[in-house]
Amino acid sequence: MLEHYLNLAIRAMFVENMALVFFLGICSFLAVSRKVETALGLGIAVVFVETLTVPLNNLLLNHLLAEGALGRLHPGFADVDLTFLSFIVFISTIAATVQIVEMVLDRHFPALHMSLGVFLPLIAVNCAILGGSLFMSERDYDFVESVVFGFGAGFGFLLAIVALAAIRERLTYSNPPAGLRGLGITFVSVGLMSIGFLMFSGIQL
Amino acid sequence: MGFFRRFLDRQGRHFDSGGRLERFQPLWEALDSFFYTSGKVTRGSVHLRDGLDLKRMMIIVVIALLPCVFWGMYNTGLQANLALDPGRGGDLIGWRYALIDWFGVGYDPGSVLANLVHGAVYFIPLYVVTMVVGGTWEVLFSIVRRHPINEGFFVTGLLFPLILPATTPLWQAAIGITWGVVIAKEVFGGTGMNFLNPALVARASLFYSYPIQITGDQVWTPLAADYWYDGYSGATPLAQLKQDALPSDSFGVSWWDSFLGLELGSLGETSAAACLIGLVILLYTRVASWRVMAGVTIGTVIMASLLNVIGSDTNPMFAVPFWWHFVLGSWAFATVFMVTDPVTSAWTERGKWIYGLMIGLLIVLVRVVNPAYPESVMLVILFMNVFAPLIDHYVVKANIRRRLRRSEG
Repeated sequence: MLEHYLNLAIRAMFVENMALVFFLGICSFLAVSRKVETALGLGIAVVFVETLTVPLNNLLLNHLLAEGALGRLHPGFADVDLTFLSFIVFISTIAATVQIVEMVLDRHFPALHMSLGVFLPLIAVNCAILGGSLFMSERDYDFVESVVFGFGAGFGFLLAIVALAAIRERLTYSNPPAGLRGLGITFVSVGLMSIGFLMFSGIQL
Repeated sequence: MGFFRRFLDRQGRHFDSGGRLERFQPLWEALDSFFYTSGKVTRGSVHLRDGLDLKRMMIIVVIALLPCVFWGMYNTGLQANLALDPGRGGDLIGWRYALIDWFGVGYDPGSVLANLVHGAVYFIPLYVVTMVVGGTWEVLFSIVRRHPINEGFFVTGLLFPLILPATTPLWQAAIGITWGVVIAKEVFGGTGMNFLNPALVARASLFYSYPIQITGDQVWTPLAADYWYDGYSGATPLAQLKQDALPSDSFGVSWWDSFLGLELGSLGETSAAACLIGLVILLYTRVASWRVMAGVTIGTVIMASLLNVIGSDTNPMFAVPFWWHFVLGSWAFATVFMVTDPVTSAWTERGKWIYGLMIGLLIVLVRVVNPAYPESVMLVILFMNVFAPLIDHYVVKANIRRRLRRSEG
């Protein structure tokens, strides 16, 4: 059983890396990867939010939206299928969670709130976060699996963005052709990075 | 030689700024500094202390690679001659075999010359194609972008054919080296500015674009399967380990054979012994970093021993001891020549330890637990290339913090 979860985590981190393989969350991936410190801030926020929202959405999906889930309330709802609402429910869960988490952190953990700073509200609209929840529903993960998957996907994003930020810091010494300066060379770097992340593809523990 | 120097000086003015051939200055500079060391003398307070410039450094790496080159040719020919069904040597057709016939050396696996020639007809064309195609890109970029031609390409151009299977079609080698030189290096500004090893990127691009020609059992023996003797298997020892139920003792290669390089594999990577000679040269001249190599070695020992202890009922690779990991696949070649690439490894001294250690750990881990690839070295090094700048970043930060504390206290 443990092996199953470890497999899932490694797949989510490397083989199915949100940024490098599915190109999700690319906007913040490219925009906030100029310095390692800020990239780390964003990455930690993504791990945090993804680990919270994927299981949360999993609960909502299985106990509220799924076909027959409402049957427990009243037998008349036994054949109600609300999964068509999942997009809107997922995104509002994410937005609400981010808001609540921000308020709680601000009140009780000011230091952590300061370090996450602007990134928490920013990632409410990060597609890597919504993507995590959608993959969860598409692949029918159970609750524990969605915790593992949420953490793995977030951590993979963290690894990728921090590595990219360090590479971009080093690339300040490089000399790309004029047309490739800035985002162009960053795209090339990201493409080359993804080759390295293929190392774990096909892994079975 | 005086007249040659005078000739260079006389013709050199055409290439100076304002001269007729100004555009081709990088080519001229490369020719000039190939024959003579620079006559420039620094004025002012900063002086060049060492004769070891980039050019000499790269040439030392090329010299250190020569044992691998010759062993690679010998072993490639030997493996092909061993696989050949005796008596069918005359049936072989193709320009390579026409060349062998022209040399008149035959296909006897007992003859060193026959093996060398049989290997050379595979290695030399690959090398020539790599150098011509890659060199063209290199020169093109240096003329258009006006930077000097860099000798780093001599190393990349030699490493690349050495890590290919002998059967790689020549057009694929051309595509691969194009990708490696242009995308992995030149768009970043040339030698010293890339973050991934160009030779490995070139191979990885072929690995994912043309998987049939670079993996599997058919590719390692440079001989069409019709001509194999009955019962010959073209699998490399690592691939056999993945398939067999029993570890090391079940395949037909002894540790010493594997150490010497009498096994199937990519052209130049089979022999740990040849790499050891290169290692001595690189360490003696202090061109390569011993810290990285020590890190890889220690990492391999730790992870292999750990997996030995854990054990597994279903996966025989768990039981492979570390001294086998050293000689199998491209471990030795990668540790001596790939991991130590001064550009793409970590730059700080402590970072080199971490970088090497991680590579050692990951090579064994991925070899053992990932059934998709028999050999993991290429992808592990690329993966750690990606993280090398991050390691440096944190090492530098730790240094800064330590010194701040020291100055406060």
